[in-house]
Order: sequence, then C-alpha cells, then structure tokens
Amino acid sequence: MSTTTATPPASTPPAAETPPRAGLGDAIRTWWEGLSRPAQWAVGVPAIIALALLPLFPPSFLDTPNYNFGLVMAEFAMFALIAIGLNVVVGQAGLLDLGYVGFYAVGAYTVGLLTSPNSPWNQTDGGWLDPSWAWLACLPLAILVTAVSGLILGSPTLRLRGDYLAIVTLGFGEIVRLLADNLHELTNGSLGLSGVAYPHIGESEEKPNGVFSAGNTGDPDSANLLDRASYGTYWFWFGLAMVIIVLLIVGNLERSRVGRAWVAIREDEDAAEVMGVPAFKFKLWAFTIGAAIGGLSGAIYAGQVQFINPTGFNIINSMLFLCAVVIGGQGNKLGVIFGAFIIAYLPKRLTSVNLVDSESTGYLWLGVTVVVFVGLLVLWKFRGGQLLGWARTLTISAMVFTGVMSALLLGSVLLFRQGGAQSLGDLKYLYFGIALVVMMILRPQGLFPVRQKLLAYGRQVYQAVRRSTVGEPIGEGK
Amino acid sequence: MTTTVSAGALLAAGSIGFDYQAVIDQFWRLTVDGITYGSIYALVAVGYTLVYGVLRLINFAHSEIFMLGMFGQLIGLMIFGFTAGPDAYNQGVVLTVVYLGLAMVVGMLVSGSAAVGLERVAYRPLRRRGAKPLAFLITAIGMSFVLQEFVHFLLPKIDPDLGGANAQQPIQLVTPSVQFSFAGADVTNVAILIVVAAVVLALLTEILINRTKFGRGIRAVAQDPDTATLMGVSRERVIMLTFLIGGVLAGAAAMLYAVKIPPGIIYSGGFILGIKAFAAAVLGGIGNLRGALLGGLLLGVVEQYGQILLGIEWRDVVAFVVLVAVLMFRPTGILGESLGKARV
Repeated sequence: MSTTTATPPASTPPAAETPPRAGLGDAIRTWWEGLSRPAQWAVGVPAIIALALLPLFPPSFLDTPNYNFGLVMAEFAMFALIAIGLNVVVGQAGLLDLGYVGFYAVGAYTVGLLTSPNSPWNQTDGGWLDPSWAWLACLPLAILVTAVSGLILGSPTLRLRGDYLAIVTLGFGEIVRLLADNLHELTNGSLGLSGVAYPHIGESEEKPNGVFSAGNTGDPDSANLLDRASYGTYWFWFGLAMVIIVLLIVGNLERSRVGRAWVAIREDEDAAEVMGVPAFKFKLWAFTIGAAIGGLSGAIYAGQVQFINPTGFNIINSMLFLCAVVIGGQGNKLGVIFGAFIIAYLPKRLTSVNLVDSESTGYLWLGVTVVVFVGLLVLWKFRGGQLLGWARTLTISAMVFTGVMSALLLGSVLLFRQGGAQSLGDLKYLYFGIALVVMMILRPQGLFPVRQKLLAYGRQVYQAVRRSTVGEPIGEGK
Repeated sequence: MTTTVSAGALLAAGSIGFDYQAVIDQFWRLTVDGITYGSIYALVAVGYTLVYGVLRLINFAHSEIFMLGMFGQLIGLMIFGFTAGPDAYNQGVVLTVVYLGLAMVVGMLVSGSAAVGLERVAYRPLRRRGAKPLAFLITAIGMSFVLQEFVHFLLPKIDPDLGGANAQQPIQLVTPSVQFSFAGADVTNVAILIVVAAVVLALLTEILINRTKFGRGIRAVAQDPDTATLMGVSRERVIMLTFLIGGVLAGAAAMLYAVKIPPGIIYSGGFILGIKAFAAAVLGGIGNLRGALLGGLLLGVVEQYGQILLGIEWRDVVAFVVLVAVLMFRPTGILGESLGKARV
C-alpha cells in the first residue's frame, strides 16, 4: 500500500495527538455497557413505561394536532419493527434490500386474505378461524409465511453481489405489489381487502368491539388510564411489546455465533468464508429473520387499519424504511428505532407547523437563513480547522440549525396556500432525500453509529475493564 | 368451501392469461412495437452501462435524469411557441423533424447538465472520501427523491404550467399515422422517427467510445483506473464525460418517449422506465456498450410478447422477471460485462 502507513510515527509521539473526543453518546454508551443486567432492566423498565404513557399525556411540543397522537405512535411502533428487521439485513449482514416493503406486504396480505370478507380464502366466515381470535391466530401464520417467502427469494438471489442484490430485491418488492394489484380474484385488485380482522379484547358496554377497534376513541378526561387510551394507543402498546420481544431476540442473536458471522460477512465476505463462516447460510438466515419481522409488522398494520390495498405497498415505502435505518445508524438497534421515529413522526408533526404568515416574509426569512448558512459553510471551509472547543460546537449547531430552517422555510414557501396553511408533511420525500445525501457525505454511519464491541461475554469484559479504570472510556486507559 | 380452490386453478381461471395464439397472430406487429420501445430502453441503458463500466456504480438516479429530459424537451417546445393541447400540429415532415430535433437538443442539454451536476454534487464528495459502494447507492436514492420532488413542488413555482402532481398536458407535433405495412404490421411515422433517431445516436455513441480519443480514455479508465491515470488520462474528466454522454442520451430518449407516449410526462414517470433500462443493461451485460443496445431491443420485444401472452397488466412484471432470471442464470449478461475489452 502507500508508504505513509509503513513509516513508524516516530516524529509525533502518540501523546501529542489530540485524543478523539468522547462525546455524550459515548459516555452514555460506556455507562450503559458497564451496568449489570438487573441494573439495565431497572433503568430500562421505567423508561419503557414512560414511553408507553406518552400518548396518554402528550406534551404540547410533541403532540400532533392534525392526527391522533396514539395512532402516530402506533405507526412509529410498526416502523420501529420494520427498522429492526431491515437493520438485521442491511445493518448487521450488510445486504442492501430495496424490496423490504414486499415482505411487509406479504405479512399484511396473509392476514387480509385469511380474514377479509372480500377474499375467496376468508376463513372467518364459517372456516377454521373464529372472528374473535382470528387476528391473533394469523399473526404467527403471517410471520411464518413471510419467513418462507424470504427463504424463497433469498436462496437464488443471495449469491449475487451487493448492488445487484439491491436491484433484484427492488424488482421483487415491485412484483409483490403488482401481483396484489393484478390477481383480482384473490386480492380484489386495487380496491383492496376491507374488514380485516383485529383483536377483540376488552369488549364492554361502551366499547362493543373491544379496545383495539377504531370505535374506541378514548376519553381524554378520564382518570382511568385504560379508559383514557384510544385504540391507537392500544395498538402502540401492542407494537411496543412486540418491539421489546423482537429486540430481545435480535439482541441475543447479535451476541451469538450468528451475529458474529453476520458482522464478519458484512466486513469482508471472502475473508469470512476463508475463516470457515458459511456465508451463504448466514446471509439466508439474516434475510429470513428480517423478512419474518417485516411480516409481523405488516400483520399489525393490516389489523390496525383493517383495510389493505396495493398502493399502501409502493416501492417508495421501501426507500422510506431504508431512510429510517440509514438515518438512525446502520447496525445500531436503538439508533434505527430513533430513525423509525423520525420517519413516522416528523411528516405528521410537520403538517401542523406554520412557520410564516405570508409568502413575502417567507422569502425574506428564507434569504436570511440561506445567507447565514452559506456564510457559516464558507467559514467552516476556510477556518474550520482553527475553531476549537465551544466555538466549534457553536458553529456546527448554528450550521445545522440554519440548514434545517432553510429547508423548512423553503418548504413553507413552496407549499404556501391562501390563509397561511403550509402542509410541510407533503414534502417528506424531499426532506428525506436531502437527509440521505447529506448524511452519506458528512456522516455515512448515521446519527447514532454502531460501535465495534465485544459480542460474546461482552458484558463481563466491559465490567472487568471498567472496574480497573473507573471514569475512563473503554479503550483509553491501557 | 373456498379452501379447496387452489392458487394454481385460480390463477389459470382468470388473472393470468396464456394466449400464445395471439402472439403468433400479431408477431410482426408486436416486434415492431417492441423495437420502438426497445430503442428507447437502449438509449437509457447506455447511461447505466457507461457509468457502471467506469465507476462500478449503479447510478440509481439515472431514471430521474431521464425524467428531467422529458420536462426539458417540453420546455424546448414551449420556447419555440408550441402550446399544450389535445390536437397535434402536423406541420409537414421537414418542419416537424427540425422542431423535434431542436426540442431533443434542449432535452439533451437539461439531462446532460443534470447528470454532470448530479455527479458533482452527490458522487464526487463520496469518491473523495472513499465511501463504500452502498453509500453511493443510498445517495443515488436520495438524489432521486430530491429530483422528483423538485419537479413535483419547485417547478410549478417557477412556471405554473410545468411540474406538479399531475401528468403534463402534452404538446403533440405529429399524429401517429401508418406509413407502410410490413408482413401485416403497420409501421407508423412515430415508430420510424424513434428507431431512426435511436440508431443514429447509437452509432454516434459507438464511434465516440470506440474511435475517438475521448472514448479511448473512457475505455482505459474502465479497464484499469490506476494505469490509465499513469498514462495521462484524467480520471475526473473521464467520469464527467461518462455522466455527460449518459445524460445526453437519456435526454434524447426522453424526447422520443414523449413522442411515443405523450401523457407520460410526470414527475414520477422515470422510475419504472429506469428500472427497465437497467434490466436491459444487465440483460446485455452491464458495462458493455453494445450489450446495452442489444439488451434494450431484446427487452422491448420480450416485453411486448409477454404482455400479449399474459395480459397487459403483467407488462411490468415481465421486465422484472427477465431481470431476476438474467441475474440468476447469467449475471454477466448476454455479451459479458466489459467496457474496457469491448474493442481495443
């Protein structure tokens, strides 16, 4: 290779180099990894409970006035499941899957075909499924069917190189949608399947169809938390439970032999193969597990919306799911959940943002922010290296702030209608597209990048290391 | 009850036809139509194949370059004083060809500059940083979103007649009319225009790549970037030129496509065609110029046969199935993948 790596850095002693700054993220990570398992649960359970209670007491800065906040959170839970599943494929095994929406569709259509009155395969009407538990029975079936479809798609295609695989999976995703559109006898074509089953739980006088039905609007003034929750909130709780179960399973897989094999394949497939990792087998596993999680999410979607049609499974959704994984940080389970939150929540939140009162002030503010942004960019380009400490942090935050503000203002101006309404949620693809490009150039590892860490016996090792060097991040003290 | 209905019986019953007699009856008509579509696919496929040959990168946003070309030629026609309407202008052969040629030049300018701009803005910073191949693909998807939404939302602000959520009202210069019949197949003036234009452009590209100094540079970089750089070939210039050629051909294809399917001009109109053109490039052997041309024609024809055989709604499925099948059984395509070795 180049000669610079061969020469020992004799002239510059290691101590003279500025150590990589350990940010807040690293501090939290180190702290978390140093905790024992019960301590992690002691922190995690209250955090999860707080998250679960969020839709009941929505803080005003988070609330989505135009949408039911519980439903938005339910969508977030579904997207989080998808992001975790796609993360197994893209983040952990390094296989770019652009047709993930296909698995989501297979899961949704499994439930829809078995329980919708429009479907010839409907089993709830005198078949072997009883309407009261049909959806719950279909959930494992949907997971199974999608896992098998992942296996069927994966076994011929996983021998392809990375970018070819991306295009083939893209084709698969589109084929699934076209099948759903064209097999009219089965799927009712573009009219879709309506009346899909949902869980009938908690049926009472006021809620004749149970708490999961769309009729349950919740009582925001009730003191009883269970009465307060609308059906969206119940779906959010269910989704959250599923997310936690899947996280536990995937986390254990990640720390096991399978997870180590995935990392090896992702980093260098040939080297992994030489070291005795059966690459194809583990790639197929990743594909199948990812598909099954996508199917689970699809089944939840079908139950919640109670209606599925092909346009809900457009290929652009695949790209959106990929956005969640890439923005959150490929390979980092909690990062991609945050990415899913952005994807699900921001478009809904942005619809109720009114930044400007008139078009001309919008242009004025847009001009100001763009000029400031460009000015900061030029400053960064020529003087960036000299900025230290707080000045550096301030410049970066100001750049991010003005950049985001100019994008939002541009959107407000573009979509400005009479009366001051600006539905910025419509521009989500523009914003996510810009985010993807900027991300890949400036921070390809995502907002919350995954760190290489010890997988097997990691906890014990981190605790042992931590005990001897209290207060120092891992890897600093030798 | 319904459980006894097997999937196969159900499919055979209605959703998928298998009308091979129709294919035999209409063989020549389908072939002519297929070659017309195939010429357009071939021109777009060249863009994919050249960029892949030089950079080993699937330029996913190429479909949006094509889409911009459709709007570019529309703007060109608007500049020349034509307005959108249900009626065609029909000004005689010479004037029509001249105006279409000028519109094509505008489309080529828009697409070509968009392709070069795309390379500058999105890909060059990544190359400088030595990013992983997946980063390029994800960037391309992001740019694809950005360009689509640009036409969807920003273009109507600049000119209320352009862009927006709905398909563009087309400007028609010619009505398709049958010129002559060939073995029972009617050949329209539109088909002649498309095929002739595509053949001329393909020949020009072939000469440019295989007979000129620029082309030698492109082939050299495709074969071995490091050695080519040592021999005095500017890699950055070659990459820019490659994107430019691909973009210009996509712009030309966009004009031809707009003549063939006037209501096809919409912000999302590039996606499916882009995938098909990519399938064509893979079919012929990605990275291989002649492969892209051959693959485009083959895919166009196969798609026509398939759509009559199985039913018109399966048309897009045929293209995807061809793509998957080629990648599974012969990933290097019909002519094999190499731009560098195509001709010394």
